Amino acid sequence: MTVLGALVAQNIAFGVIAAIMVFAAIRLVTTRNVVHAALFLVVVLGGVAALFLLMGAEFVGITQILVYIGAVVVLFLFGIMLTRTRIGNEEGTDHPNRLPALLAAALVATVTIYAVVSGFGDAELPADTRTTTAEVADSIFSTYIIPFEAVSVLLLAALIGAIVIARRD
Amino acid sequence: MLLNQFLILSAVLFAIGVYGVLARRNGVLVLMSIELILNAVNINLVAFGSYVSSISGEVFALFIITVAAAEVGVGLAILLLLYRNRQSVDLSEADLMKG
Repeated sequence: MTVLGALVAQNIAFGVIAAIMVFAAIRLVTTRNVVHAALFLVVVLGGVAALFLLMGAEFVGITQILVYIGAVVVLFLFGIMLTRTRIGNEEGTDHPNRLPALLAAALVATVTIYAVVSGFGDAELPADTRTTTAEVADSIFSTYIIPFEAVSVLLLAALIGAIVIARRD
Repeated sequence: MLLNQFLILSAVLFAIGVYGVLARRNGVLVLMSIELILNAVNINLVAFGSYVSSISGEVFALFIITVAAAEVGVGLAILLLLYRNRQSVDLSEADLMKG
């Protein structure tokens, strides 16, 4: 495939993924069914993983699928079932007055989109942005070894904290 | 690919997440919206990492994925405790600190 053909294919893939993600995200914050919200979250997270792969970040993409879709969403479904939120259409998932939230979100979107458009007008990503898992590993275990260890301890602390908070005495 | 197409998509997802955090009353749904926000940030980090041909963006995205997993664990534990004490995860009912 020519370079131009690959670029067109990448842009079409991006457009399809982006449209699916925005639709699923909007449904995620508007649906009244909590389990459907969790499933829309799966779609958004899968879309993010696809974008990572599109940008050539293979290790982050696979980790996204493993950690988020594999673990976090399951955790959410457990949370839904343990807090016995009524499955199905339910009242009281949203505030009665959603206009301020909508205004705040519109403001955030306007300001950030204006900032990135004026700041990075038509900056192109390099033609080949692929990175290998070996490079990621080299970076984590040399430059970022201390943050990596800190994150490991944080994860352990969060695990113990969650058990302590949630257990019955 | 333009850098901007990733940044704008990420800004849109971030704003949708902000709407979700503000408009939802069910605690589990608020946590899901926070996940949306964190993922929007991750898209930005990886996009900028590719833009400057640096691996650091991806490494930071990995750190954020880790911290998000920890956050969900603790957040759901807190919600579970809230549910056990008040039989509801409606955040607008958790107003003990309201003056």
